[in-house]
Parts: sequence; C-alpha cells; structure tokens
Amino acid sequence: MRTYEICQRTKIIRMIRAVDIRKSFGETEVLKGISMTFEKGKTNLIIGRSGAGKTVLLKLLVGLMEPTHGEIWYGDDNFSEMGKKQRRAIRMEVGMLFQGSALFDSMTVEENVRFPLDMFTNMTRKEKQKQVDYCLARVELDGANKKFPSETSGGMQKRVGIARSIVLNPKYLFCDEPNSGLDPKTALLIDELIKRITDENEMTTIINTHDMNSVMEIGDNIALLYLGELSWQGNKSEVLDSDNELLQDFIFASPFLQRLRDAALNRNQV
Amino acid sequence: MLLRSAIARPEKFSMYWKETMRQMDDIGVGSIIIVSIIAIFIGAVTAVQFAYQLDGTLVPRWYIGYIVRDSTIIELAPTISCLVLAGKVGSNIAAEIGGMRQKEHIDAMEIMGVNTASYLILPKVIAGLIMIPILVCMAAFISILGGYLSSVMGGLITHEEYLRGLRSFFSDYNVLMMIVKSLVFAFILTTVPAYQGYYVKGGSIELGQASTQAVVYSDILILLGDYVIALLLTQ
Repeated sequence: MRTYEICQRTKIIRMIRAVDIRKSFGETEVLKGISMTFEKGKTNLIIGRSGAGKTVLLKLLVGLMEPTHGEIWYGDDNFSEMGKKQRRAIRMEVGMLFQGSALFDSMTVEENVRFPLDMFTNMTRKEKQKQVDYCLARVELDGANKKFPSETSGGMQKRVGIARSIVLNPKYLFCDEPNSGLDPKTALLIDELIKRITDENEMTTIINTHDMNSVMEIGDNIALLYLGELSWQGNKSEVLDSDNELLQDFIFASPFLQRLRDAALNRNQV
Repeated sequence: MLLRSAIARPEKFSMYWKETMRQMDDIGVGSIIIVSIIAIFIGAVTAVQFAYQLDGTLVPRWYIGYIVRDSTIIELAPTISCLVLAGKVGSNIAAEIGGMRQKEHIDAMEIMGVNTASYLILPKVIAGLIMIPILVCMAAFISILGGYLSSVMGGLITHEEYLRGLRSFFSDYNVLMMIVKSLVFAFILTTVPAYQGYYVKGGSIELGQASTQAVVYSDILILLGDYVIALLLTQ
C-alpha cells in the first residue's frame, strides 16, 4: 500500500499544471487564460504560429517570467507562490534545452555538460567524468568532449544542450524549438533522442515547436495555441481526424501537405 | 535588489573560488600593462609641468619629487587609473554579462538553479576589490618612477634632489586615502557595469549602449565619489 502511495505521489509530482494563465505586456495580453496539464512520461507539445504565445508560456512554466494571473503547479506544489529558494530546489529537477542551445562559449563540450555537476553535486572528479561521458554517449557525441561549441554544428550543439539538461537526471525537460535551424534529418534525430530520453527516464517533457514532423512523430499530447488561447488539444493520432480548422490550417499549411492529408483520409475511407 | 541577490551564500564555494580567480586574472593581470603605461606618463607629465611652474620662483626644485609623490598618491593614481579601468574592465563586464543575457546563458543557469546574480557578479566585485587597490598601488609606484625618469633623466633636477623631495613631508594618511578611494572606485566600476549588463534588453545595439552607459555612469560616479571622499577625508 505504501509503495503504491509513493508511486502515485511520484506520478502526481511529476505532472505540471497551468491554471488559468494570463500574461500581459503593457496593454497587450499575450496569453488569455490557458489551463492545461502536462503529463509525466510523455512528450507534451505546445504548437502554434509565431506570436501565439508558446515561448511566453514555456518561460512562465519554468519561472523565467511571472504570470499576470493564474497558477502553475508542479505536482502538489504551487510554483507561482514559491520563494526563490524553493524554486531553486524545483529547478534542480528541471532541464531545459534552449532554442539557441545556450552553451557557454568559453567552455568545452565536456565542461558545459559538467557545469551542473560542478555546481550542485559533491561527486568526485571520476564520478563526474563518468556521468558526463554517459550523457554524451546517450546523445551520440562520444569523443566530442574537448571541442568548443564554436567547433560543432548546430545539431551537435543541440545534442550537447540535451546532454547538459539531462546530466542531473531531471524529472522535467523543457525544450524551446529544439529543431529550429536544423535540416529535416537532424531534426528527426533530435526528436527521436528527446522521445527516447523521455521514455527511458519517465520525464515530463514539454516541447515548444512549430515543426510538423515533431508533431506527427513524437506528439503524445499536443496543444495548439492561437493568439494566446488554447485552441485544440489531442494527440498525434487525432490530428488527421480533427475538424478544428485552425489546427488543420496550421499543420497542413501548404497545398502539398493538404493533398497528402486528403490522400491519406481517402485511403482510410476506402 | 540585484546587489542583495548577489551577496548570497554560494551554491558551491569551489565554483565561486574558481570564477573569482579567473576574474582576478582578467581584471588584475589583464590590466597591468595599460595601468603601467598610463601611470608612467602621469608621473612624467606631473614632474615636467611642475618644474615649468617652479621656473623663476623661490620654491626649491626638490619639491618636484614631493609634489609628484603626493599628487600621485592622493589623486592621480587612484582616480585616473580607475577612470581608465572603468573603460577597460567596466565595458568588459557589461559586455560579458550582457552577452550572456542575450545568448540565454543567464536563463540557462537560472533554470539549473544557479543564483546568477551571485555567480556572475560577486566574483567580479571581489576580484575588483582585491586587484584594483593593488593596481592603484602599483600605478602610484610607477608614476613616481615616471616622475624620476622625466625629471632626473631629463636634467630638470638631480637624483639626490628628487629623492629628497620624495622623502619629505610623507604622511601615511595619504596612502590610506588612496586605498579608500581605490576600494570605493573598484566597487563602482564593477557593480555599475554588472547592473547594466545584467538587465540589458534587445540586441547588439542595446548591448553596445549598455556598455557605453556602464562606462559613462561609472566615470561620473567615480568623479563624484572622488569629491565626496576628498571632502570627508581631508576635513
């Protein structure tokens, strides 16, 4: 019974809830009452056109911005009401991949990945090295330890960013446009990597994207934002059948993709 | 508020120590050449100009050494050196922290749970408070040497006269005044640029503006501080 309770609590703890989130910049309301839940062990995608409020929502979720109204819950803890110290404790369990990777230029790949370990753990040098090598191996970057970020490609930088964000074994992983600036093949690799790490570590992963491949490949839970409002929620298998016009316009934006969708639907009907 | 956040208990002392050492190297060792060049000319020019002013007066020529020493210690070494350091070190701090803000490095650290105000600012302030007084003392010494080179080598006075001037009317209170000034200026020229860089918004133009503002505000505050300290310590 006790084990069951602990498991249940862990399950709840790793869930993130946004409750009636509003955010204004001056007169402009960017988010207009967003309420949604991000589930544990799943890749939760926030999609939408540029200016829909995706990045603002992500920054609110991790506490880089404060909502004008509403609450953010990490399990049973109200993140919005936490003090700086409590937030730092939560953030120890958070990893984030930034759009521009945000790698420290003056540090090598290895030093970048080791930074959280140096800052927050009392591991020995050997243990840290082992953990760094393990994380770099997970993102298929063995041997890149001594390279500087400027000596690596965009895709490699994203992978280093992922390695750094998982080095402390976080419970929550946030990714802001993980595929931006990458070719489709590399973008797929990054998607697969994030999905695999999410599944293996049972993390709550929240990805902010407008990459359609990501939506169709790894979208366990998908939320479409439109002009600061939650327009649609579902999963990748529900995308094709949805009659939400905004979703269809967004996902199948080009005539080519629309023809593909129609062909797929016709085939299903036959 | 930023300063209050900066003066917090470090997450990991060893990391702060490492960063402080790096900053001491950047701020201190990295500024030795520029400070030395400026100091030697300050002393040389002071000696030459004072010799010119003494021309045709009854004031003994050995006063040149005395004037070079005291004007250097009380005013020129701390103030001129720190005005120059505000340009070199201050703009560097504002650009470094501002660049980190723009490249989302600060956000990345915040997400990790790092107290960025503390980790990025405190080591710079500590390094400045340690290294800048040392640089100022060094500047004072080099400046006096500059005065010697220009006045003795230039044939304005003899070696003995310069030394006599240097040894006359010495008050160690003046050295205290120099140290106080250098500490206050060090605090100004590390915290003001750090503030400007930490809160920078926008792109490269704004970063450039922040860097310029950091130097301008630091310089103004240094001059204002110089006046206030002079008033307080010479009463």
